[in-house]
Amino acid sequence: MKNYDLVIVGGGPAGLAAAISARDNGIQDILIIERDDRLGGILNQCIHNGFGLHTFKEELTGPEYAQRYIDQVLERGIDYKLNTMVMDISPDKKVTAMNREDGMFVIPAKAVILAMGCRERPRGALNIPGYRPAGIYSAGTAQRLVNIEGYMPGKKVVILGSGDIGLIMARRMTLEGAEVKVVAEIMPYSGGLKRNIVQCLDDFGIPLKLSHTVVDIEGKERVEAVTIAEVDDHMKPIPGTEERYECDTLLLSVGLLPENELSRQSGVELSRVHKGPVVNDALETNVEGIFACGNVLHVHDLVDFVSQEATQAGKNAAAYISHGEKKAKRVVKLNPVDGVRYTVPEFVRPEEMDDTVTVRFRVGAVYKNAAVCTYFGDKCVARRKKQIFAPGEMEQVVLKKADLLADPDLKEITLKIEEA
Amino acid sequence: MAEEKKNLTCICCPMGCQITVTLNDGEVTDVTGNTCKRGDIYARKEVTNPTRVVTSSVRVTGGEIPMVSVKTKEDIPKGKIFDCCRAIEDIEVPAPVKIGDVILKNVCGTGVDIVATKNVAAR
Amino acid sequence: MYDVAIIGAGVTGSAIARYLSRYQVKACVIEREEDVCDGTSKANSAIVHAGFDAHPGSLKAKMNVRGSEMMEDLSKELDFPYDRNGSLVVATKDQDASLLDKLAEQGRENGVKDIRILDEKELKEMEPNLADDVVKALYAPTGAIVCPFNLTIALAENAADNGVEFFLNTTVEKVERDGDHYRIETDGKVIEAKAVVNAAGVYADAINNMVSTHKYHIIPRRGQYKLLDKTAGKHVRRTIFQLPSKMGKGVLVSPTVHGNLIVGPTAEDIDDKEGINTTSEGLDSLSRTAALSVKNVPLYEVITSFAGLRAHEEGGDFVLGEAEDAPNFFNALGIESPGLSSAPAIGEYLSDLVAEKLGLEKNPNFNGKRKGILDPSKLSMEERNELIKKNPAYGQIICRCEMITEGQILDAIHRTLGARSLDGVKRRTRAGMGRCQAGFCSPRTMEILEREVPMSAFDVTKTGGKSKLVIGYNKRV
Repeated sequence: MKNYDLVIVGGGPAGLAAAISARDNGIQDILIIERDDRLGGILNQCIHNGFGLHTFKEELTGPEYAQRYIDQVLERGIDYKLNTMVMDISPDKKVTAMNREDGMFVIPAKAVILAMGCRERPRGALNIPGYRPAGIYSAGTAQRLVNIEGYMPGKKVVILGSGDIGLIMARRMTLEGAEVKVVAEIMPYSGGLKRNIVQCLDDFGIPLKLSHTVVDIEGKERVEAVTIAEVDDHMKPIPGTEERYECDTLLLSVGLLPENELSRQSGVELSRVHKGPVVNDALETNVEGIFACGNVLHVHDLVDFVSQEATQAGKNAAAYISHGEKKAKRVVKLNPVDGVRYTVPEFVRPEEMDDTVTVRFRVGAVYKNAAVCTYFGDKCVARRKKQIFAPGEMEQVVLKKADLLADPDLKEITLKIEEA
Repeated sequence: MAEEKKNLTCICCPMGCQITVTLNDGEVTDVTGNTCKRGDIYARKEVTNPTRVVTSSVRVTGGEIPMVSVKTKEDIPKGKIFDCCRAIEDIEVPAPVKIGDVILKNVCGTGVDIVATKNVAAR
Repeated sequence: MYDVAIIGAGVTGSAIARYLSRYQVKACVIEREEDVCDGTSKANSAIVHAGFDAHPGSLKAKMNVRGSEMMEDLSKELDFPYDRNGSLVVATKDQDASLLDKLAEQGRENGVKDIRILDEKELKEMEPNLADDVVKALYAPTGAIVCPFNLTIALAENAADNGVEFFLNTTVEKVERDGDHYRIETDGKVIEAKAVVNAAGVYADAINNMVSTHKYHIIPRRGQYKLLDKTAGKHVRRTIFQLPSKMGKGVLVSPTVHGNLIVGPTAEDIDDKEGINTTSEGLDSLSRTAALSVKNVPLYEVITSFAGLRAHEEGGDFVLGEAEDAPNFFNALGIESPGLSSAPAIGEYLSDLVAEKLGLEKNPNFNGKRKGILDPSKLSMEERNELIKKNPAYGQIICRCEMITEGQILDAIHRTLGARSLDGVKRRTRAGMGRCQAGFCSPRTMEILEREVPMSAFDVTKTGGKSKLVIGYNKRV
């Protein structure tokens, strides 16, 4: 097995952009390891449009967006292995992987970029009662069946969860001839984009029931009916509000979880909030030389931001490989409070950081007429007003190195949502 | 003069303003409920000439995967979405297929082509 | 004409079939589901009880203690996962801890080895996550955990390899005595046999009542469970039972033999013998009850919940043996907990009874060994590479959560009584049993079943019957 300076785990949008960036920053020996049979990751099954507005100023479908990055990887002659599963990453960055042709092999890498993406939360995590018949799919599994294999999972559909994948699948199943009866969302707001609510539900007259959840699944062999009910402020079903829908399929779009089993094995510290690695301004984890980007780090709303973040990770991994770890002179912690659920990165190094660092985060509820405020200690240094903040959208603030250097006693930066 | 009011949800940002558009004989006479200019523009187009890009997939023969994803190259009238899906229902294309290949010309007389959005190599 | 027809391919029926195959016998097993291990045997606590629970002198006590003794050797012979992790029955400070002494006494009388009472200090060193209120416990080092699927499947496979025929997807509709033998009508063929063994689980009463005037009544007693991710699997090391209290029987918290954590069961008597649905009350109650014995159970790590039905007979004990008014009709009825633990003992006991009655000779060709599906994760890297070189399918991961290879799935499909459904593959290999609950691997496993069985994609099911996974091509439904 050839030696590689940089191993990138995952050939989806994050892994591809990271590889391109690392190569453009001078790293020759890069290997992308992808478990599926083609590069592009989940974008291959996201055949709807709306990708790439920020990056390419046009609306692409998922596969088209992926292909633009795949082409750049191919042009640069970056190595990749498909159908290959990374089995282990040791703290000293020995990557153990396996496929049919090479068997099991170990690559001692100088740096590793984690870009494994995320997975869907299954039914079990929600404690939905009822039977366990066939016909219950996560929205993404149904998406793969319909868009890649060409099979219909069912024709009368109830969807739980109004995340974007659920909304997209409501339209997709409708266009393929299924009847989508209702989309139930346990929260009082949808986690999906307004555009998707209008164009995937309203366009087809599919009702969206907020503050509703599934309270029963009937059918011993195949789903026969699903009952939903309204929930109270504590998300407990309200008796008497049950509505029963005859259907053969229940799709679940109830959240995404960064897929960090490998990270955990290699000793990477994980955030309890965003479930991805805790990283510094270079997107480096607590394990020196292991970086993270994309949905394995935290679940993004738009792929454009995944690509941006991954480009940073690739550049920083390249710098690490070329110059080694820079010992941090001091560390400033980012403190998310009052509506800001988490920040990525979790801390910055004023002396070592780039001229600007984008801090990404999500809010915990819907805030109207509010402002995101940045405090250095107890001094408010920036305040950006917005008509609305919603949990479904990723937010960001940009920190300037010069500002941090100007405050040598700075220990902590607080981000919060305040009334505008 | 027939005055008509149409309600819609703005898609420009998460606010999702509930906009009411007043039409007189098909001409927009008033837009209310929007918070910003973008909402006004969106609402006027949405009530007079709503269009959508339609994405779907068609079967591939002899390819490494059984389906290739496709889209209308540009927006088509919203009212023609289902017709468009029906028009591509029985299409099968032989591999290889490349992004941008025309799968069906001038779908449903819209003047818009259906094009492939994925590369599918031959098996 | 068969010598013996066994009704039911759960753990009891499969064990009886396997031990019966030690004799020269023409035997068959009739199972209404598409696979073995598809009823009560697939949804239980997966515990091999030490044997202190049952009343001394009862069949439950005898079979449990004997079964528990047999299980470890059997796990080696038949190659299924088993771990003697030990069990604790814990008492909290407001409970009558002397009940533990009584339980210990009962255990000794039943013949359970090495049980002893632990004080709080010893106990909490052993299991630091016990609830703060726990003050005393009964420790049974012979308590164990087992993979109920592979136990049942191994017994059935070994029986089949020794000549027992299995009729799956076959529902018994009528059993009647016809001269010197029994005539069994099913939804397919008619099967004739000199002797019948009734191991029909929650339906064993109905089968018995077709031929015997001694009527039985089985009440399906539902047990709901939550299964937690492997990250929670080390929360406790031993199986933690609760002392029964006025709050009810209590639930157990236990690691599983595959490294998950299981919490359950509830106990609800229901009317529906197919009522394997979970309920919100049931699932909610587990969270509350588990906390009585174990603190900080990370219930947010739950990956699935399920329910199973115990075949509770009103008499309260196992019913094992020949019906008094139906010669050569043998019951294995009312096999609720500790049925899994008792299965090998019941198999041995009933098969010997049947053999004696029919005058069967020992089978000189009986081979009691069975090789399970190879688990490549137990191999060294060199061995693994040898294997992949010989069979590249072992280099292809299909289930990424449990790291199950295509090679294992192919083995599950092509071996004796091979898997024909997603759940069949899952129970044999664990593909789809992990944290994503088959989200990623089910389309892949469907493809493999389609290619290898072979079968149409539209006939691939979750678990047989009408549980089809896809209903047609796009745009054509």
